[in-house]
Amino acid sequence: MATRSVTMKGKTDIRRALQPYIYLLPAFLVLGVITFYPLVYQVIISFTDFQTKDLLLGLNSPKLQFIGLQNYKEIIFGGLPVQNFDFVRVLFYNLWWAVSNVVLHVPAGVLIAVLLNVKGIWFKKIYRAIYVLPVVIPPIVVGTVWRNIFNEQYGAMNQVLTTIVQFFGVADPVRLRWLESLKAPIEWLLPTGALPLAYYAMMIANFWLGWPFMTLVATGALQSIPRELYEAAEIDGASKSFQFWNVTVPLIRPAMIPAAMYGFTLSFNLFNFVFFMTAGGPNRMTEILVTFAYDLVRNLRLYGVAGAFAVIIFFVAIGIFLVTNRLTRATESYAES
Amino acid sequence: MATMTVTPKKKNWFVRFMNMDTSGSKGGSEKLPLYRQLGIQLLCILITIEVMFPIMYIITLSLSSTGVRPSKLELFPKEISLVAFKEVLSRPTANPVDFITLLRNSALLSITVGLVSLLIAVSAAYAFARFKFKMRQVLMIMVFIPLLMPAVGLSTPLFLLMNSLRVVDCSAGVTAIYPFTECVAGVTGKVMFNLRDSLLGVGIAMLATALPFAVWNLKGYLDTIPKELEEAAAIDGADSNQIFYQIVLPLAMPQLAVTFFLGFIGYWQEFVLPWLFLTKPQDYTLAMTLYNMTGQYANSIPWNRFAAMAIIVALPVAIVYILLQRQIVSGLTAGGVKG
Repeated sequence: MATRSVTMKGKTDIRRALQPYIYLLPAFLVLGVITFYPLVYQVIISFTDFQTKDLLLGLNSPKLQFIGLQNYKEIIFGGLPVQNFDFVRVLFYNLWWAVSNVVLHVPAGVLIAVLLNVKGIWFKKIYRAIYVLPVVIPPIVVGTVWRNIFNEQYGAMNQVLTTIVQFFGVADPVRLRWLESLKAPIEWLLPTGALPLAYYAMMIANFWLGWPFMTLVATGALQSIPRELYEAAEIDGASKSFQFWNVTVPLIRPAMIPAAMYGFTLSFNLFNFVFFMTAGGPNRMTEILVTFAYDLVRNLRLYGVAGAFAVIIFFVAIGIFLVTNRLTRATESYAES
Repeated sequence: MATMTVTPKKKNWFVRFMNMDTSGSKGGSEKLPLYRQLGIQLLCILITIEVMFPIMYIITLSLSSTGVRPSKLELFPKEISLVAFKEVLSRPTANPVDFITLLRNSALLSITVGLVSLLIAVSAAYAFARFKFKMRQVLMIMVFIPLLMPAVGLSTPLFLLMNSLRVVDCSAGVTAIYPFTECVAGVTGKVMFNLRDSLLGVGIAMLATALPFAVWNLKGYLDTIPKELEEAAAIDGADSNQIFYQIVLPLAMPQLAVTFFLGFIGYWQEFVLPWLFLTKPQDYTLAMTLYNMTGQYANSIPWNRFAAMAIIVALPVAIVYILLQRQIVSGLTAGGVKG
């Protein structure tokens, strides 16, 4: 009797110990085949000169050569058979692109949310409904539509500018080559590489796309601030701007920092929008890491280099994750700090 | 918090409308001075113009019947013609593929990938959220790693691996499945099926990133469900399978729906993988067709047709997003940073 109960207990113990793994099994079986194995495969081919000739036989191809770290060296220090590519320039442009977007979107989003949070504004709900529209439209559509808006000949942007300059008596239509021009309007702006007009066009389009999300988050945070705090500040004779900096800003910070970090990561890897708007052009001047990675596979067909590039992107992504995560944690909650 | 003021009776909508009171706030203790009201209204209208500019532009284009590109700016439709929509619905581009096929491919991919990823992910998410076991930390990091990788990052190996998987007709009634079996040496057969060049292959490639996302997102939600219900059920003698199916799954339903729709939104507009993998026009998706209608490939596509297509691609996502706005925003900002 006693031994039996012990074995029973042992059996249920084993079952209990195995249980989590049984729950994990389906997901990890599938992940193993379609995610982890390809990730490992990617690292292997990153050490080879995998090209179109090896497509059929893969790693068994007799022509395939292991070339060590050559792909990595060529990507970082130059030497790829690719025109207009410089890793350091693209990396810095990519970082600058993400930072300059977030720096514009977050304050604009917060200010507009504050504006709409003023008590007694007419048509508040209508404005809120309109301002959310850019968030709900897929970036691929936004990218293509703005691409057409910045078209040199038929685009709406040049037509708007033409109407404006006509007010000032200039008869010639504006013909800015927004997406093709190679000239940098402000030459000193980014030391690692000039920013063409296309960058500014993309900033305009992405601003349209970006601030409404921040407004959405900020509105939620603003509505959770107790009204009593403002009333108390009012009684103490605090001015409106003092209230903004000392009540509003600290209290919406715990919501805005994660949103800003999310926006940064999103902008950094904003493939669809960039690809649909300029595809990295002109001359790869607006190329970001992910669009170049795609070009390596799709058009240049340098699969080995693409593998190495993806590994590098992965390490950049880890770096960004660690930094943004730390910033988020450090400013997590006003109450706890 | 304790000082709840007595809320006055809600005015009916007509009175509120006549007073232009759309604030939704109760009571009117303080009134905004008129000059400030007008100033803020002016700002709001300027912002509205900024937001509506591309939207009105594209709506106006889509409703015009002329295929000629616009020579001057028009932001309000002069005519309401559905010619462009009709043309898009009958034959979107020069490719020999009709709209219904494109729609079916996009819907099939986004819905199937969304559902399958949920089905496989939910039990793993439960294990991570509720059980303590060896290797938990390591396995969780393994799920997180593909999430750190931008979606493009996995496309190379998936392309290569699936490209090598093909069914070949070696003639004389023999079929070979590469890379497992091969035709007799010297015979180059006819490729009947290449996993890479099929919707199935694209779906698998999408699943490779959809699955880790679903696991992570659901785990974040299950962490927030209080354990008391499950503990009570355990005391009543329910085993953990019963707890999972009868208590946790029903509780997780809302988040399952949100995760599904997040996947749907993402994979409806997925462009990278289909554009890289697919070559047969009958497999094309709506996102690919939209790209085909713009830029260097699209010199012959009238802009009214492009505009109609843009609206058609945007609508399902916009509708889902508007319906689930609150859940999506909180899910993204909360789930993204949860450890």
